[in-house]
Amino acid sequence: MDNIYINSSIVILFLPLLAFIIQIFIGKRLPRQGDWVSISAILITLFLAAYMFISMLSQYDPNFKHESSFMWMDLGDFKIQLGFLVDNITIIMLLVVALISSCTHIFSLKYLEGDIRYSRYYAYLGLFTFSMNGIVLANNLVSMYIFWELVGVSSYLLIGHWFEKDSAANAAKKAFLTNRVGDIGFFIGIMTIFTAVGSFAFTDIFEGVAIGSIEGATLTFAGICLFAGAMGKSSQFPLHIWLPDAMEGPTPVSALMHAATMVAAGVYLSVRIFPLMTPDALLFVAYIGGFTALFAAAIALTQNDIKKVLAYSTVSQLGYMILAVGTGVYTAAFFHLLTHAMFKANLFFGSGSVIHSMHHALHKKHDHKTDPQDMRNMGGFKEKMPITFWSMTISTLAIAGVPFFSGFLSKDAILGGTLSFAQQHPQHFLLPMFGFGAAAMTAFYMFRMIFMTFYGKPQMPELYKDIHESPREMTGPLVLLGSLSIFIFYTLPYFNPFSTHGWFTDLVVAKDSFVPGNISAHEIAEHAHHAHMPALVLSLSVAGLGILVAGLMYLKKSLSADAWANNSGPLYKLSLNKFYFDENYDRFLYQPLMKLADKVAYFDWELYDKYFINGFGRITSWLSDISGKFDFDGIDQGLVDGVGRSAKQVGHSLRNIQTGRIQNYILYVLAGAILMIIIQAV
Amino acid sequence: MDQLVNYLYISAILFSLGLFGVITRRNGIAVLMGVELILNAANINFVAFSRFGGMNLSGHVFSLFVIVLAAAEAAVALAIIITIYNSMQTVNVDDASSMKQ
Repeated sequence: MDNIYINSSIVILFLPLLAFIIQIFIGKRLPRQGDWVSISAILITLFLAAYMFISMLSQYDPNFKHESSFMWMDLGDFKIQLGFLVDNITIIMLLVVALISSCTHIFSLKYLEGDIRYSRYYAYLGLFTFSMNGIVLANNLVSMYIFWELVGVSSYLLIGHWFEKDSAANAAKKAFLTNRVGDIGFFIGIMTIFTAVGSFAFTDIFEGVAIGSIEGATLTFAGICLFAGAMGKSSQFPLHIWLPDAMEGPTPVSALMHAATMVAAGVYLSVRIFPLMTPDALLFVAYIGGFTALFAAAIALTQNDIKKVLAYSTVSQLGYMILAVGTGVYTAAFFHLLTHAMFKANLFFGSGSVIHSMHHALHKKHDHKTDPQDMRNMGGFKEKMPITFWSMTISTLAIAGVPFFSGFLSKDAILGGTLSFAQQHPQHFLLPMFGFGAAAMTAFYMFRMIFMTFYGKPQMPELYKDIHESPREMTGPLVLLGSLSIFIFYTLPYFNPFSTHGWFTDLVVAKDSFVPGNISAHEIAEHAHHAHMPALVLSLSVAGLGILVAGLMYLKKSLSADAWANNSGPLYKLSLNKFYFDENYDRFLYQPLMKLADKVAYFDWELYDKYFINGFGRITSWLSDISGKFDFDGIDQGLVDGVGRSAKQVGHSLRNIQTGRIQNYILYVLAGAILMIIIQAV
Repeated sequence: MDQLVNYLYISAILFSLGLFGVITRRNGIAVLMGVELILNAANINFVAFSRFGGMNLSGHVFSLFVIVLAAAEAAVALAIIITIYNSMQTVNVDDASSMKQ
């Protein structure tokens, strides 16, 4: 392993783990509870990732790839190799993780100042960064699965950071368990592929697919199972329920894990396994993604909690990426992952900044009843928090798909790909409708959030005077990530704001699928190119429509939101209540399961334990009673003690002869001699 | 009258008397005297068998040895009895049983 990229990757991987170990064991005893340990570790990681990124840019080679494996398990014929894979996608992803993670570390300095588990929080951040980098660097499914689970654990730990609150503890459990459902699918998929191909490494698997070791329905099944893991992690319908609840965690954690990186792991996995997906599997992926995009956006329309809006927005945007993978433009999915990571993390940091400010203002008033996250308590923060306002606005423009911002480029690529897919397969006309519908709703709910938070009259004037801009540790990441939402960082060295053409498209080039007979990457790109113009016009108009309606409703107040809500019949209630998913899962899934578990527990305890297990115990106790009696009375008392007693009695009677008088002994000798003489004579 | 069996009768009577003395007497000196009787009974046997058995003088020689031995034994035993008397003011053998448990 003398490759500089591999070596740097190893350092990038293990440095956060080192920080985790230091923090968890001695963090509390260090000055400032050791936050500087974590921060310096993550900054070195960022520096290395940036170095790798720059060196990748200077090579400018789309086929850039370094791989290194080592033997992990060698059991005769059964061998497992683990290893690292460093290519363009890996390096971009490493940089994203390191960058957002660094921002989170710095942002948390103030956001979690004085928290009771401050050092532990930083420890878990390190653990998360380690696991996420592990997923990114994996060149095989096994180590990816291991780190996949580690990410799940760190997510569990961080969502439950304030576990004194029942809601946080429950949300952590929900996130972990929902992810487990997907992970089981992932595991089945891995095993299906391993059985057919005999290796876990991506290159071997693709080779196996190309020569037909695994094909047809089996391959479709394996692909869908692997994708199930992505559905859990990336919170796709019907496993989306955990992500909104995960907002119980600290807001910087939401920005890092539940917006930018961890939930993107599912998309990353889909991008990695794209070359083995059959058309049927891809269609499944596309419909799941498209439906999630639309339906999560529909929920986000009516939420009042600022973080809930962002959470559903994240679900919806992840749906977009999955949709893009399903329709074949998987580089667009990865592009959107990259841009989305920046602006969504920024939006979360912005909401964190607002919540922080609200929290302090409420604290001054000794008001612990008002919800600091409810947008109905905000309004007019624009003057008080200019930096937060401007950075959030830029990110909102980006997510809504307004030109000159990053989101426009990536969203346009996805919508173009989806549209061209529908042009090729007219029976799947629903997919672009999902996409464009979600785009309109995204523009609406994001601007609704901005207008409700930063414009209009303050809804709680008594709080308003205590609202102030957050400290530099919090605005710094905002400014940085806000500026990274501008198009130019993604199109360099070109300056056309309407074309995605740039270093990204030059370096991340779609590869042909390895599934025999699949449409080639070149054809997909060709079709997408034709659909580019109509997609661009359409997406601009739906985004404009969404922004316009939001403006009329929440800025000008010329449309009454309440009247619309009343006129929309059950739709409004459905959206507000998140389509009753939690309730229905509860009624149709959890309750029957609980009842079944009760029945099984009844059988287990009342019948099995009480009669069978306890019966065993009773019989054993009865047997040992008898055996004990026999042992004590028969063996001990009769045999063992009997030997002793008889010896004692014999000794007792023999004692009488031993008088101690020699004359008696002589007499006995004489008697004996006479006896012998008599016997002799007879 | 000059027959072997008469000597054996004498010897047996003497032996029985000696044994009786050893068994019944409490006095240490009397016990010693009984022992002397037993030894002399044995001497008579030796000499009688030597005389009537057609053997050489080995029986006589043997009895001479026994007489010497008896003298030595009597000397040692009397010395022990005197020592016991000095320490216990008694020659009763039953009382001199302090070694007994």
